[in-house]
Amino acid sequence: MHGRFEGRRRLLGGAATLALVPWLPARAADAELPYIPALAAFLAGRTPRWERIRLELPRLADNGQSVPMKITVDGPFAPGPTVRALRLFSQRNPVPEMAVFEYPVPVERVEVESRVRLAGTQRIAAVAEMSDGTLCANAVEVVVTIDACLDGTG
Amino acid sequence: MPDARITIPAKVQRGAPFEVRIVIRHPMETGYRTDESGKPIARNVIRTFVCRYNGEPVFSARLSPGIAANPYLRFFVTARESGELVFEWQDDAGASVSERAALTVT
Repeated sequence: MHGRFEGRRRLLGGAATLALVPWLPARAADAELPYIPALAAFLAGRTPRWERIRLELPRLADNGQSVPMKITVDGPFAPGPTVRALRLFSQRNPVPEMAVFEYPVPVERVEVESRVRLAGTQRIAAVAEMSDGTLCANAVEVVVTIDACLDGTG
Repeated sequence: MPDARITIPAKVQRGAPFEVRIVIRHPMETGYRTDESGKPIARNVIRTFVCRYNGEPVFSARLSPGIAANPYLRFFVTARESGELVFEWQDDAGASVSERAALTVT
């Protein structure tokens, strides 16, 4: 009886230790931008910061025809740099520049949602252009079971 | 049937960002599909979209075939005065459509 409790203590202790281990990014492979020629052309050698912007897509999309997509940039913005534009790039779609969203006037809440088409499993990148010229980026991988068959090859 | 379904809050607070949701009825034809007889169907997607608030552009988008049919957009705009939001978009076929929504700022 005592031994059993001891085992349970040890287990709890183990769990506590695990909780103390620094949180490892679940999508470690995503900590860099995918190589997309259109994205490279846009960046023109600039290195975006890996912060503030969050790109959210489901990890697994059963159907590439309509996949929910959300871009969020963490505020606060004013009086600091505000978001000018958000750009979305696809690694495998025939048109890699999926969308550009622009804010001609600054807004304190930068959150854009849409639904995208994905021609197969790929990584998607989002870049935010700030009013001071800095760039922030994020990328995620989406596994697509049924392609959007964008180019008829799928 | 209207060309778009627009959802904005009934009342918004001055100075605060408010949510705008819009679904546009449009096939977003990619140009990669063929009809029954095997002829390619011409590309026709919404290229540009702009939201004007009392005449001033506050949000715009450039879209591609990578955006799903019947495009949905959700974004935020800062409330200033009561007035009107005008949504305008153009597609590859040259169609230009606009829809409007009245906004009450308290």
